[in-house]
Amino acid sequence: MKYQQEFRDPKLAHQWIEAIRETSKQPWKIMEVCGGQTHSLLKHGIDQLLAGSVELIHGPGCPVCVTPIATIDNALAIAQQDNVIFCSFGDMLRVPGSESDLLSLKAQGADIRIVYSPMDALSLAQEHPQREVVFFGVGFETTAPATALTVYQARQLNLANFSLLCAHFRVPPIIDALLDAGDCEIQGFLGAGHVCTVMGYQEYLPLAEQYRTPIVITGFEPVDLLQGIHRTVQQLETKQYSVENQYARVVKPDGNRQARELINTVFTPVDAEWRGLGKVADSGLTLVEEFRPWNAEYRFSVKPAAQRQSMVCRSGEVLKGLIKPPACGEFGVNCTPDHPLGATMVSSEGACAAYYHYRKLPHV
Amino acid sequence: MSEQNCPLPLSYQHIVMAHGGGGRLMQQLLDDLIQPAFDNPLLKQKLDSAVLEIQAGKISFTTDSYVIKPLFFPGGDIGKLAVCGTLNDLAMSGARPLYLSCSLIIEEGFAIADLQKILASMQQTAAQAGVAIVTGDTKVVNKGQADGVYINTSGIGVIDSSIKINPQAVKTGDCILVNSDLGRHGMAVMLERDNLQFAHPLQSDCADLSGLVGELLAENIEIHCLRDLTRGGLAAALIEIAASAGLHFEINEAAIPINEHVQSACEVLGFDPLTIANEGAMALFVPESGVDDAFKVLSRHPLGKSARLIGKVVEKDQHGLVTLKNALGVSRVLDLFSGEQFPRIC
Amino acid sequence: MCLATPGRIVQINKSNDPMNSKGLVNFAGISREISLAYVPEAQVGDYVIVHAGLALSLLDEHEARESLSAIQQLQTK
Repeated sequence: MKYQQEFRDPKLAHQWIEAIRETSKQPWKIMEVCGGQTHSLLKHGIDQLLAGSVELIHGPGCPVCVTPIATIDNALAIAQQDNVIFCSFGDMLRVPGSESDLLSLKAQGADIRIVYSPMDALSLAQEHPQREVVFFGVGFETTAPATALTVYQARQLNLANFSLLCAHFRVPPIIDALLDAGDCEIQGFLGAGHVCTVMGYQEYLPLAEQYRTPIVITGFEPVDLLQGIHRTVQQLETKQYSVENQYARVVKPDGNRQARELINTVFTPVDAEWRGLGKVADSGLTLVEEFRPWNAEYRFSVKPAAQRQSMVCRSGEVLKGLIKPPACGEFGVNCTPDHPLGATMVSSEGACAAYYHYRKLPHV
Repeated sequence: MSEQNCPLPLSYQHIVMAHGGGGRLMQQLLDDLIQPAFDNPLLKQKLDSAVLEIQAGKISFTTDSYVIKPLFFPGGDIGKLAVCGTLNDLAMSGARPLYLSCSLIIEEGFAIADLQKILASMQQTAAQAGVAIVTGDTKVVNKGQADGVYINTSGIGVIDSSIKINPQAVKTGDCILVNSDLGRHGMAVMLERDNLQFAHPLQSDCADLSGLVGELLAENIEIHCLRDLTRGGLAAALIEIAASAGLHFEINEAAIPINEHVQSACEVLGFDPLTIANEGAMALFVPESGVDDAFKVLSRHPLGKSARLIGKVVEKDQHGLVTLKNALGVSRVLDLFSGEQFPRIC
Repeated sequence: MCLATPGRIVQINKSNDPMNSKGLVNFAGISREISLAYVPEAQVGDYVIVHAGLALSLLDEHEARESLSAIQQLQTK
């Protein structure tokens, strides 16, 4: 068992497609929350294979897409300060702020490093005691344990030259906000498997009950996604609305206890602005008072800049599942991965970029 | 400073600005290091330009500059790369490479021992291909104005006048082959470079393809187009050819040979292996009737052993189109990535 | 979001502080040092799911097999 190729078996995938087609009596609207799932669905063409039985709506689960411009501007302001080594995941380098992006700053001489792990930024801080090392902590609950560990260890090591620019988001509040909005057309959710690996799925039980919507915690390989969709459709057809766990080989009901504990030690929920979606209560994470010395916002006294976003960009509607990317007049015309107007075109897993990259054949 | 009987090839351990200054040190660098490394009669003439005897027919002429970090990587170095890259560019038009030039831009402070290794590597690769490095130039720039050493090579080759290998020669029905598995160069270099801290067995595929192309042509294999799969990988090469030929290629994703370690690195870092650079891989466009014969030649050559048929030219398409049929039977458009790929978490 | 890859632990370097525990994880032929802070129960030979240099969970082989055979149960219903 290698836990990967087995779940890509085309024969098995087609059996599940058949099962979904048999089960679904109407084209149910299901949102996959996570950008990684969007990527996989489009890469494998699962959206096309299920056309007519299920309509997949691409959710807001991409940190590159939802991190607000003000946060990017803060990152840019810190990254161009003298003596700063600014560390980021590769994802964030091309995300446009109000006036620039990290890649352009790097070209102008800023010391911006791409790291595979936040722990690498911590090592850089140890190697360069005379420099200020800042890590740009983006992402959802999946990534929060990694950044939590860096500040925890920075304190253990008395590492005064390391700090975290924290821009973490939480998934349950945004699902709540989407369902609570009057214009929501989503009938079921594929829960983000790796977020739940950390957090478990207890938080989703009241959501499924309150909004009468199935939530199936789902993995990322074709067979995972198809099983998750099948279970969601099965619930919808039989009018059941519960939380199920398709990704049980990885996700435990309570997630990862150690990781949750450290997240709770280091972070506290805070109201957060989502690019395209606005402010959502308790949907972000910020460092608790005790860890303030490692908070880059305080260390560099950056203030949130005024919000600016292209007026024609409809990424907010895309993120809410109200329109598909091609419905936007700018899609593929004035808005492309080379010249993104909105966040959903920036990340290769943003709904617009994924659509652009894996777009269906015009004549098929 | 003593000018006699120096035990080292040069009296300095590192390149200094004077090595590019036109004076005695520069002469020493040329006479004691570069000239002996590439030793051949044409270079010995010390003319401002090499005078070459070329048989009647068509000439193929190409140039390329090489910048790479690290300069020494698993499976090669910038010297080998600079020779193979230009030989391959010649081979892709069906030429038999004959002569190369070598221009060096060296950063002040560069270790002469490293320069010597790089020159030896160039000479070895060129000699194996039966090619002479017949002219060149050396410049030295201030510390910080270059990254170690940059190399430009130009190449001249000859083409049999009956050969027409180019995108316009590609026809509907042609089969698309690759000579080897993909992604080894780009991934080996990336894993070395970006402080990613992965332990891996990957080696660059950096190799001279002109021998293999020569054998294919010698066996009269009909080839419509050849393209080496360098920057941008298979994806960029196919998209470019499809656009310039105005054709639709359909590629069978499952048939594309991807090195298993390249595949796992791509899984972990979030890359698409089809966009990773190669330095010893090419796509071949061959009429269906010639595919079996092409495989016969490919399979007996070390650089063609893992050759695969990966797709077909299906129809005309005004703008050019490459589609990728995946394992589930769904086709999607293969598109260029926007610029550089970075390791990602999402 | 959340690219996470299964890999097999080939070596564990325990630390006095469990938050500092690290191990070498092999991802189908390439390997890297990974933090095992969140999987204190992990043993050499276990498969873990790794995100951004941290192991987040042990893979459960029984559950994986259940998942792969679920279609048969569905068809025999």
